Amino acid sequence: MSLSYVLIQTLNGVQYGFLLFLVASGLTLVFGIMGVINLAHGAFYMVGAYLAWWFAAWTGSFVLALLIALPITVLLGLVIERCGIRYLYERDHLHQVLFTYGLILILNELQRLLFGNDVHGIQTPPMLAGALPIGEVQTYPIYRVFISVACIAVAGALYLVIQRTRLGMVIRAGSTHREMVSALGFDIGRLFMVVFGLGVALAAFAGMIAAPVSTVYPGMGEHILIISFVVVVIGGIGSIKGAFVGAMLVGIADTYGRVLLPAGAGVVVYAVMALVLLWRPQGLFGRAT
Amino acid sequence: MPRISRPILLLLLAGTAFLALFPLWGETFYIRFVTRIMVYALFAMSLDLLVGYVGLVSLGHAAFFGVAIYTVAGLVNKAGITSAFAILPAALALSAACALVIGWISIRTSGVYFIMITLALAQMLYYFFNDQKYWGGTDGMNIDRRPDLMLGDMVLFNFNDRVQFYYLALACLVVAFLLLYRLLRSPFGHALVGIRANEGRMRALGYDVQRLKLIAFVIAGTVAGLAGFLEAARGTFASPAHLGWHESGHALVLVILGGIGTLFGPVIGTFVLLLMEDYFATLTDRWLLIMGVFVIAVVMFLPNGLAGLLKRLERRDG
Amino acid sequence: MAEPVLETAGLSRLFGGLAAVQDVALSVVPGEVHAVVGPNGAGKTTLINLLSGDLRPSSGTVRYQGEDITGWPAYRVARAGIGRSYQKTNIFREFTAFENCWLASKAKLGRLPLFRPARAFRETIERAERALVLCALEQRRDTRAGAMSYGEQRQLELAMMLATEPRLLLLDEPLAGMGPEESQRVIELLRKLAVDHTMVMIEHDMDAVFAIAQRITVMVNGTVLASGTPEAIRANRQVQQAYLGEDH
Repeated sequence: MSLSYVLIQTLNGVQYGFLLFLVASGLTLVFGIMGVINLAHGAFYMVGAYLAWWFAAWTGSFVLALLIALPITVLLGLVIERCGIRYLYERDHLHQVLFTYGLILILNELQRLLFGNDVHGIQTPPMLAGALPIGEVQTYPIYRVFISVACIAVAGALYLVIQRTRLGMVIRAGSTHREMVSALGFDIGRLFMVVFGLGVALAAFAGMIAAPVSTVYPGMGEHILIISFVVVVIGGIGSIKGAFVGAMLVGIADTYGRVLLPAGAGVVVYAVMALVLLWRPQGLFGRAT
Repeated sequence: MPRISRPILLLLLAGTAFLALFPLWGETFYIRFVTRIMVYALFAMSLDLLVGYVGLVSLGHAAFFGVAIYTVAGLVNKAGITSAFAILPAALALSAACALVIGWISIRTSGVYFIMITLALAQMLYYFFNDQKYWGGTDGMNIDRRPDLMLGDMVLFNFNDRVQFYYLALACLVVAFLLLYRLLRSPFGHALVGIRANEGRMRALGYDVQRLKLIAFVIAGTVAGLAGFLEAARGTFASPAHLGWHESGHALVLVILGGIGTLFGPVIGTFVLLLMEDYFATLTDRWLLIMGVFVIAVVMFLPNGLAGLLKRLERRDG
Repeated sequence: MAEPVLETAGLSRLFGGLAAVQDVALSVVPGEVHAVVGPNGAGKTTLINLLSGDLRPSSGTVRYQGEDITGWPAYRVARAGIGRSYQKTNIFREFTAFENCWLASKAKLGRLPLFRPARAFRETIERAERALVLCALEQRRDTRAGAMSYGEQRQLELAMMLATEPRLLLLDEPLAGMGPEESQRVIELLRKLAVDHTMVMIEHDMDAVFAIAQRITVMVNGTVLASGTPEAIRANRQVQQAYLGEDH
């Protein structure tokens, strides 16, 4: 294995890790603050990707498609929060699981109804279409670099919002002491809506920018959902830092698994998770119970 | 602690009698269909032990169902073993072993963690079978022939006879119900219910909660394995989808629709949901859309399931 | 003096660097009622949690009947014969009073039988009934615990503990939140229990403490300030200043 090959695989792993971080941080945020386990999180990833594809085909511009599709997906998420999820805050996890499972069935079927069963590719925006040379013969697509950069930008923004703003302070307080939120003069219902919307936005954005690389296909949301669960479990539920470390670990393990162990590629990340759990049942950055 | 009131007992007896007599007039298609329903009802009932009594929401229960199916497939197709004397114990043992390992890892956690970990570990098994050509990959594999049960040259039980097989499924369902019911009335069963109600207090009273949960997990996994054995012998097909998370989620729907923590509820739930699915599938290709709406409606408006509805009606009468 | 039944040495527990309990040496001899008193935040409940196995100590040891039980999980401690009650009522609200006690008495079975009906274990039923009678709850036997009055729930809390037939009782404020009449009833019960049980009891009601305790340990800021007979404690100037204040 040449050095440049290793470099390319590592870059792929890191890029996948960044993408996973966006999705998983939304999942862990929604759980950590609202106490809701949202199986439909991956469905928003899918909705984002499909809308991006559709609007890109319609407008001819990927960037324009992003700008239109993201608000639409978030709006959809907020409507679902308003009409359904909000009634589940105090209910059993079992009910949350089943409700969001039902949502998955609906969103999957709507996707098939509206967009069909085919796999669709999205053209990479022309200005990001090139490739960078790595070593003598190999190249690395610029678009993948763009994904990583975009994820870093979003992660950085997320960090600033959570660490530096008043909203962030409330979010941090809300994840540990729910009563603090109302003490700080915040309406808990409004906060939950904002957090849920944020989670949807993260998932949808990840789906959109991944689409030119991953293509859009039925069932894409569930795959990312389950991998995100693995990320969150490894990192520790509710921990953004944990989500980051978990995402990198899973991204790199998955990429190298595919290269080194093609027959057992799907199993690798789960084995990593099992090992972490044997060592730390509450995840790397989870609070001990 | 499980209690079955007289009216519900009568209902269950009537239902069992109906099922016992059904093959006398039922059409072949429906005999097959009801067999399938009973197999899935057994699977759902095993999950209810965890969800309804111990309060463990497992989203990976299909793993044990599927492992049993692949055990049958492996023994028949790869090893050429067809005797149910060997296949059934092997299927149960492998399901139990998987439940022991998955349970051992996941039971150290609780709540959402437990949900996610059971899902992820089951998914690991899914990918194990999904990724390997040897096991048929994504397409799954046909099981070459049904198991047989012979003593010398004498056929004790014919798995190919659909009426015999129907009664086998019914017998498994009834016996599993009675065994689990008895289990729940034992000190062990009472302890499970106590864990669901107040886990910390159970520890302080001197119960080894982790151990009890693990035992319950393994029992549930083994019963799911029995359902898997029946499914393999019935459908003669092993697919990764059998251990996928949709199968686990579907089983949870069966349990909540029927009514958690009742054992008989999930059986009713399975009959209702599978009949509904079958009906909607004849109406439209997009029947899953209807099922999604239905699942949400059940969670919102019928969280105690059909069994809860029965109990409510009963109380209004009494 | 007799060998202590329960003994701790250097027992400490840190919460994020803060010592809730620090270097506590406690010695409880068989048959005594040992009260632990101190202001709020003195670490009394943490101490009970360390003794019962609900919390693991950061350092130090706990010995029970000569055996090192440091770090044992709560269920093992309970099975060894140490029962506990909680300050915040901790019962099975959906179950009847009898079912609560029965669940407690069955814990003594140890390895639980899977298929024999629970009813077949007569002795567990008898133990539960006895505990109810002892705590004067036999009239409320079939009442749902959640529907009982606060005082009755507190009594049930004790009854559950007694149904496990412990030798050593760890009581976390058995009188918390009770009216004078209810308190009197529970004090009588504790007196009765004191005859054949060893007790470690946290209590704020100083009259009750002086009425039934043979030994008192005063905790302040996680450490033991003084330990001795009620008379010695009453006479201790440090204790008077730190805790008993002007009332005494």
